[in-house]
Amino acid sequence: MRGRSEILATAARYLMPLLIVFSVFLLLRGHNEIGGGFVGGLVASVAVVLYMIAEGVQAARDLLKIEPRLLIATGLLIALSSAVFAWVVNRPFMTGLWWKYPLPVLGKVGTPLLFDVGVYLAVMGTTLMILFTLAED
Amino acid sequence: MTLALALLIGVLFTVALYLMMRRNLVKVLIGLIILSNAINLFIFTLGRLVRGRPPLIPAGETALQPPYADPLPQALILTAIVISFGVTAFAVALMRQAYQVLGTSDLNELRDTDIQPRYHPDHYHAEDEAEGH
Amino acid sequence: MGDYLVLFPLIVPLFFAILSLFAWRAITWQRGLAVVGTLILFSSGIALLDVVIHEGIRTVQIGNWPPPYGISLVVDAFSAFMVVIAGGLAFLIAVFSLGSMDEARLRYGFYPLFFVLLMGVCGAFITGDIFNLYVWFEVMLMASFVLMALGGERAQLEGALKYVILNLLSSALFLSATAVLYSLTGTLNMADLSIRLRTTIAPDLVTTVAVMYLIAFSIKAAVFPLFFWLPASYHTPPVTVTALFSGLLTKVGVYALIRVFTLLFLADVAFTHTLILALGGFTMVTGVLGAAAQYDIRRLLSFHIISQIGYLLMGLGLFTQSALAATLYFMVHVIIAKAVLFLIAELLYRMGGSFDLRHLGGFYRAYPWLALGFLLPALSLAGVPPLSGFFGKLALVQAGLVEGQFVIVGVSLAVSLLTLFSMTKIWNEAFWKPASKELRSLSGSTGQRMALILPIVLMGLITLGLGLGAEPVYALAQQAAAQLLDPGAYVAAVFGGLP
Repeated sequence: MRGRSEILATAARYLMPLLIVFSVFLLLRGHNEIGGGFVGGLVASVAVVLYMIAEGVQAARDLLKIEPRLLIATGLLIALSSAVFAWVVNRPFMTGLWWKYPLPVLGKVGTPLLFDVGVYLAVMGTTLMILFTLAED
Repeated sequence: MTLALALLIGVLFTVALYLMMRRNLVKVLIGLIILSNAINLFIFTLGRLVRGRPPLIPAGETALQPPYADPLPQALILTAIVISFGVTAFAVALMRQAYQVLGTSDLNELRDTDIQPRYHPDHYHAEDEAEGH
Repeated sequence: MGDYLVLFPLIVPLFFAILSLFAWRAITWQRGLAVVGTLILFSSGIALLDVVIHEGIRTVQIGNWPPPYGISLVVDAFSAFMVVIAGGLAFLIAVFSLGSMDEARLRYGFYPLFFVLLMGVCGAFITGDIFNLYVWFEVMLMASFVLMALGGERAQLEGALKYVILNLLSSALFLSATAVLYSLTGTLNMADLSIRLRTTIAPDLVTTVAVMYLIAFSIKAAVFPLFFWLPASYHTPPVTVTALFSGLLTKVGVYALIRVFTLLFLADVAFTHTLILALGGFTMVTGVLGAAAQYDIRRLLSFHIISQIGYLLMGLGLFTQSALAATLYFMVHVIIAKAVLFLIAELLYRMGGSFDLRHLGGFYRAYPWLALGFLLPALSLAGVPPLSGFFGKLALVQAGLVEGQFVIVGVSLAVSLLTLFSMTKIWNEAFWKPASKELRSLSGSTGQRMALILPIVLMGLITLGLGLGAEPVYALAQQAAAQLLDPGAYVAAVFGGLP
């Protein structure tokens, strides 16, 4: 491991929030336009990975606070519940259900968005788990 | 355009299969990566190439007017990319671990699980480590 | 209710995989979850089978998108049958794992992976979409890759490398074949494909695709001459994992072969199915001959997996209703018999200290009950009446004679004898021969010992029960085979009666 790069560290500190916001933006507009949970999750993990390259794996783990593994589990659980939700209103599995009233920032809300949130978390968790493991030893 | 892509796919498949038959693990890995890309292009080309006609319904109409680009192959490619991303990441980790533990990246050295196990399993010689060929 | 049940084989393993991920550090909880989850999977499988038998093929359109645009899940008797076997085997292995798996592997996520593997296997059984089948294959493979390497021992890493590379090549071929199929027909829904392939304009190209699928699935099912990865890797992970793989992974390959060669590729049966028959014969012979040279029990049994795959292909190659029914019956028999032999190998290792037959001995004198537990599945595998293997082989041989395929019948009978020879070898070396060193008794608490013994007893009883009560299972297999030979019913079920 070479020494810590001040330029990269500073840049990462400013880029990270931007990337996180951008990833959420991608997640929310994803249903009918370019974006979605998968891309959003990748961008979010890039934010953390950038920090990891600048400050080291342990720092990135501390920053994330939550284990990548739990991110995967939570993401899968959210995705699964969005799919099962259709059963509650007596429709076939995974039927996309939208709420009639759009919310101010989020736009249209419905089970596909919930599914995307699940994908976002699962992708972020998977990518980070792989990269942390590869970077660690 | 289709011809150019067909040739490219052919070249990629050839390169990938050639690399996968090498003895060096890293080359095999690169072969796998190229192979998955070759297949993605293959799916893309087999879905028929239509230029400049995205499968979007214009405002004021209710149905797509042919010809339009088939969106399904792209969905398939996307899925295949995700899968090959995961598989490749695992393969990299596995090969790295294998190199560290077994002390070689030459497939010809990895014969221990193919043959009759010997009485004492500890018979690796780290100095036998061979370069590619 | 039927529609909910169709999804249970997917949702149950996924849900329990998530729960086990949350319970990452609480190993005791994970153990409990494994047993409960597989039991629920097994019972929902039985309920599903019951629904399918009485009400016919069940389908679900994911997300309510109509076929052929959406992904269909289709459960016919064959699928439900496979889900039941997978669930049952998973339950028994989960119980066995309570006593056999080491803490270190459990801490690195054995149970979450176990459930992901089950999800992939069940997904492959119930999907009605060829690309979706690919996805489930990959889910299953990813989990199996990690399970195989989990623990990171020398031999495991080496075995895993071979396993991973060969299986990725097979997936690549599968995906390419699917691409060609899509460009030929413009659809991926298997029911829709079944219609369109019947009236295709390019029958030669369809046969080419069929052979691509044959090769891709044959690598996964370890069919001659593409099986070399199996004996090079299957003996490297812990026996619990090997038993699970031997019961499920290659069988998913066989399932896929049976599915596509009864539903999709019927254009040139004289060529494709004769090819399958020939491959089946070669697979039987090479597998059993390979086993003859082995002294490591796990490797010996691995070669027998290959040999038994040959019998399964024989039924598909003969391609009559009774032959397919025999294949399905044989499938239950071989999954159970094979798994229990592996589990017994684990017990021999724990008590005799080795997997090498030359080092074992004296088990008959010390543990006559274990010897009986070995004899049941071993003789069954060789085809001795009145055990399950006998009826499976009898039905296959009868079907072969009816079709006038005397060569394959002769080969299968000869291979049976050689199997008996192999099993006798294990018997002589491990059980009959005097012990070269003192045998240890099983270590661990009473609960752990029970966990090791109970699945073996249950599987032994199932083998016996399948033989003595062959009739109901065989009748079920007949029904499933009749459905397989009638693609029209499958298509009608998916399209809801529409053409």
